[in-house]
Amino acid sequence: MSHPGSKERQLLRAYGDRRDDGIIQLSFTLPVMASEKAKEAAKVYCQKLGLTDVKVAAVERAADQYTFFVVYARSPVVLDYGEIDVPEIVIKKLGFGELNKLIEEKIARRVVVFGACTGTDTHTVGIDAILNMKGFAGDYGLERYPWFEAFNLGSQVPNAELIRRAKEKNADAILVSQVVTQRDVHKENARSFVEEAKKAGVHGKMTLLFGGPRVDHKLAVELGFDAGFGPGTKPSDVANFVVHQVLQRLGKEAKGTHFEGEPHV
Amino acid sequence: MSGLFVSDEQVARARSLAQSITDPLFDHIGRHTTVSVERTVLRWFGVDGVGSMGAPLVNLMVDRLKAAGVLGKGAAYWYGRALRMGATSPLDAVERLTAAPLEQLKALPPDEEAKLRDDVRAEAKAAAAELKQRVERRNDLRSEFPMAEAPHKYVIVATGNIFDDVDQARAAAQAGADVIAVIRSTAQSLLDYVPHGATTEGYGGTYATQENFKIMREALDDESKQLRRYVQLTNYSSGLCMSEIAFCAAWERLDMLLNDAMYGILFRDINMRRTFIDQYFSRRICAYAGLIINTGEDNYITTADAYDAAHTVIASQFINECFAKRAGLKDWQLGIGHSYEIDPHRPETLLLELSQAMLVRRCFPDAPLKYMPPTKHKETDIFFSHAYDKLADLVAIWTRQGIQLLGMMTEAMHTPLLSDRYVALKSAAYIHRAARGIDEEFTVREDGKIANRARFVFGKAMELLEECQRDGMVAAIGRGHFGDVKRTETGGKGLDGVLEKSPDYFNPFLDILEGRA
Repeated sequence: MSHPGSKERQLLRAYGDRRDDGIIQLSFTLPVMASEKAKEAAKVYCQKLGLTDVKVAAVERAADQYTFFVVYARSPVVLDYGEIDVPEIVIKKLGFGELNKLIEEKIARRVVVFGACTGTDTHTVGIDAILNMKGFAGDYGLERYPWFEAFNLGSQVPNAELIRRAKEKNADAILVSQVVTQRDVHKENARSFVEEAKKAGVHGKMTLLFGGPRVDHKLAVELGFDAGFGPGTKPSDVANFVVHQVLQRLGKEAKGTHFEGEPHV
Repeated sequence: MSGLFVSDEQVARARSLAQSITDPLFDHIGRHTTVSVERTVLRWFGVDGVGSMGAPLVNLMVDRLKAAGVLGKGAAYWYGRALRMGATSPLDAVERLTAAPLEQLKALPPDEEAKLRDDVRAEAKAAAAELKQRVERRNDLRSEFPMAEAPHKYVIVATGNIFDDVDQARAAAQAGADVIAVIRSTAQSLLDYVPHGATTEGYGGTYATQENFKIMREALDDESKQLRRYVQLTNYSSGLCMSEIAFCAAWERLDMLLNDAMYGILFRDINMRRTFIDQYFSRRICAYAGLIINTGEDNYITTADAYDAAHTVIASQFINECFAKRAGLKDWQLGIGHSYEIDPHRPETLLLELSQAMLVRRCFPDAPLKYMPPTKHKETDIFFSHAYDKLADLVAIWTRQGIQLLGMMTEAMHTPLLSDRYVALKSAAYIHRAARGIDEEFTVREDGKIANRARFVFGKAMELLEECQRDGMVAAIGRGHFGDVKRTETGGKGLDGVLEKSPDYFNPFLDILEGRA
């Protein structure tokens, strides 16, 4: 934490080609036909953003009714770099290559993950987005990570069956996905999964994750999972979480280490 | 480029290996059908619309036939039976069939049976002729407003809302796009039905539905007339509904489809037996309707390393080509896929990429080819990314690619902004204009890096083809040879939708597509 007054003031402005000139470049599109009027509109738009000395460098007809602009201007904004506060002890979220490398170096074996839509749910969209090769929104699925061994058992898998298969392979983590939420069927099924996990003795040993469009971390933890992942979750979020869990279980990372993008309430 | 890098005999040998690799699969394809193929048959007869719970009627009908254990005779046969029961419309036919005790229905007397098949055959012929007419309308528009010179610049739209997609597609066409692709909603390929109607919500893309196809094609028809330049439309015939999508696309006069014999198996974990059957019927439809297909080998080198796995792309292209030719597709319809994906931090990547693209061109001299831009190593530094994309544009014009997907400088961040497409189109047009004909000005030295690399890659591709022939395609996929992905013959989704054909299996459309009727 920074203490007010404890640091020297360091005033910052954008750097174009000399200190403190405040020059920035930006580009944007306005949904109007390219014309002198459109160019003037772009200038006014930038002035309304608080910019001065606006130079509309390019006015391009991107389509009949759309004009693309490239603009250079000065921003009067000044900030004190000393007051920029970034929370500490946060480990950076690792990308595909870095995460694989971390596993290779620190765990030195493949991380085994099982996933399924359990119970009556037939919707594999969520689990597929996380596990399948292709992944989701340009973020590769766990199958594509050479240092993960991911098993996607698909839909309508009984909870006990998922746990049995995961135990056979000595899995590090189990992912339970629930898409159908009518009459809270997802919560009931999740509860029964946790019961099964306790019976099978894997609760507290394997990392148990719960995901779906109506799932959040709080709900998942209440139900007895280690974490919950809701809408917008990328495979890399899950991959990072699982790797940190494994490192913590192996004693190679302090328990409760915080990292960027971790699930929280 | 005949004779460049490798001899004609070597290329012919690759083709004959592909032929024997696919032989056993065609035996399997001939003996089986799938729920999706049968649904396609019903769609072609005009069964459209959804039931009260929103399920497509074709699914309701095929599921009923499958549950009754009679689908092996072919949905066309049961459609005929419904007509014999007095059905007056496709909807009526579905209702009669779902209500009928199918398990107990006795076979008809032979003369009535023959009459039923004749009637259904006649109806199929009329429906096929109607499809041809629609395709002719598309072709007329293409002759009236000729397309721009290749490489055809291909860009995507992906808003999730078909009406917003139309605005973006028109804007892209006005900025010079030759092909518009509407990206599908995430994971649509895993749905075992085709959603119905115009859709305004999707995840990462817009649902492929027949109505959405129609809306977009009509908008592009209009735009083509305004621009006096025909703008093509493409979508994705992959996943569990390959052949249904192919039919909907053909009917709504699309120009092109992504359609790969193995993509679903490798990248969507769809069962391979299912995929091999579905791809065949879908490609038969593409052949009939004059659709260009795009294959997906470019995906291999987004999973595996593009330098190390270059030969898997070539081997797979020969196999994909063989599957396509055996489904009746002609060279001009083969947008064989490959891409510019070698890690740009390596030395000499322009030489390596040129080598690979020239090798593909040399192996498939008469196919349009589909060239993909870099994606895997794209950076969020958009200025670097833009420069990176321009080298791909140069390779595309140098090797005379027919279809070129344009790289977007914001690839690593988000789906393209309207201005990203504009910038990509303007600069690609510049590179194409500047470098057109460069291939005729420079000869590649036969003892140089480009030629040696091409010979090396081709040699490894031949080894892989030999292995596939020796051990079978199924084993090769099982070993992860393609895209580093391993799949088993009975694994993956959709195997329960595969059925053995009865001895009296009836599919008059297949007869037409295979040229027997």
